[in-house]
Amino acid sequence: MKEIISKKVQKIKPSGIRQFFDLVLGMKEVISLGVGEPDFVTPWPIREVGIFSLEEGFTTYTSNKGLYKLRLTIARYLKNRYNLEYSPEDEILITVGVSEAFDLVLRAILNPQDKVLIPQPSYVSYEPLTELCGAIPIYIDTKDNDFKLTPEAIEKTVDNKTKAIILNYPNNPTGVSYRKKELEAIKKVILKHKLICISDEIYSDLTYDFEHIPFATLSKAKQYTVYLNGFSKSYAMTGWRVGYACGPKEIISAMTKIHQYAIMCVPTISQMAACEALHSARHLVEQMKQVYKRRREFIVKELNRIGLKCLKPDGAFYVFASIKDTGLNSLDFAQRLLKEKKVAVVPGTAFGRSGEGYIRISYTCSFENLKEAIIRIEDFLRNRKEKK
Amino acid sequence: MDEILEILEKDARITPEEIAKMLNKSPRKIREMIKRYEKEGIILGYKTVINKELIRDANSEVRALIEVNVTPQKDVGFDKIAERIYSFPEVKSCYLVSGTYDLLLIVEGKDLHTVSSFVAEKLAPLENVRGTVTHFLLKKYKEDGVTLKHREENKRIAISY
Repeated sequence: MKEIISKKVQKIKPSGIRQFFDLVLGMKEVISLGVGEPDFVTPWPIREVGIFSLEEGFTTYTSNKGLYKLRLTIARYLKNRYNLEYSPEDEILITVGVSEAFDLVLRAILNPQDKVLIPQPSYVSYEPLTELCGAIPIYIDTKDNDFKLTPEAIEKTVDNKTKAIILNYPNNPTGVSYRKKELEAIKKVILKHKLICISDEIYSDLTYDFEHIPFATLSKAKQYTVYLNGFSKSYAMTGWRVGYACGPKEIISAMTKIHQYAIMCVPTISQMAACEALHSARHLVEQMKQVYKRRREFIVKELNRIGLKCLKPDGAFYVFASIKDTGLNSLDFAQRLLKEKKVAVVPGTAFGRSGEGYIRISYTCSFENLKEAIIRIEDFLRNRKEKK
Repeated sequence: MDEILEILEKDARITPEEIAKMLNKSPRKIREMIKRYEKEGIILGYKTVINKELIRDANSEVRALIEVNVTPQKDVGFDKIAERIYSFPEVKSCYLVSGTYDLLLIVEGKDLHTVSSFVAEKLAPLENVRGTVTHFLLKKYKEDGVTLKHREENKRIAISY
């Protein structure tokens, strides 16, 4: 049977931690710090609009680009919040989460053998989706620089075959984000080499210590940037699947071409709900952010206290903690912790080779569970020390 | 509202040490602040939210909302008569409201009869009370922001990127 599968797909590496995931899913009463989504339910005003739109019979297709009302709302929101201007007519496309938007940009701009720079550790889909385009992912290991991308690192890796670079800030899995000065420095190299910057800013609303700055707002960056964002993380709307891409109209139009054949349009109810999110739920995002922020302070202190060193993440809801002192590799650590203490974390290697020696801990769970998890992890570490 | 209060209002069991970690302050500072709030009467007590609907024992209680029309008094307005009313232990809450009546009470008693006789014998006869309307509560759905429902199971998959 294998020969009927396309060679391209055959070549994509299966996730090395699939088995680990299956193990977690099969276990009961696990405290999971491995979840990549909020523990909040979508705020009621948003759900209510979803229900209302069903009652009203909004059960048909929308235009391929997405409901005009939603595109207009997004355009106004970006203008008000960041003074970032995109035309709802031809520079914004509504997608099935950032996931689809990301796939579309790559397919819209890449030719076989083009190179794409991927700072690592990185979100899991960047590499395989690049490979599916026949393009070549080039990794930039950021771990020796506190997981921060630098202009020097780009300069060292870029060549004349390089077409694009992927930015993701605040970052999944490290939580690292950038201040304006750092972004400006990165921008300089990107513009110098005329790279397309695919900027995945899905966690932007969850930036805790400073204002998030969209890459496209940096001077002269907009025409080289595709800005990706969505509703999943900040509004706790992961299951609704609504994201959007904003960028130069040539790129958005090429993405729309693929989107109209492959997807047609994002579910209408979800688009109506997303519209409501921007209209009336901004203050609820702030409330959720405050809760995450307190958990972040708590978990960072506790992890460092029990001996899992980690930096304080700037954003998102993850902590990337070092397990090097335990002498275990990431996958072993995660497996043993799960089996012995029933705490689930994601091995850092899920996010690329540079994640070895780390685990991703997500603080999207109740404070009670966080406390209990810390007790169990501390216990686990103590047991290991005693065995030695 | 101060973050310490926000945290304690949601869960009074969280310790000063834990709050200190969450807010990046010293435990001593947090303990001081809490003491001050207690002294100033901003924090008045700590209690547990119990879903009494689920306790089907002999001590289960009935509650009623009571609208009370009163005559305000010279100099003290509604305060004096309100105090006479809320001092009864049966009165769990007492509000002065705008609209067609003046005071809104939440009264608790061990059965219908107890609450009725409280109204008939204690409340209604008060000199400045002009009239009352009693609504017995049949079912509680949500109270002080807490939905009275079993905690729902987690719908998220245990691990995801």
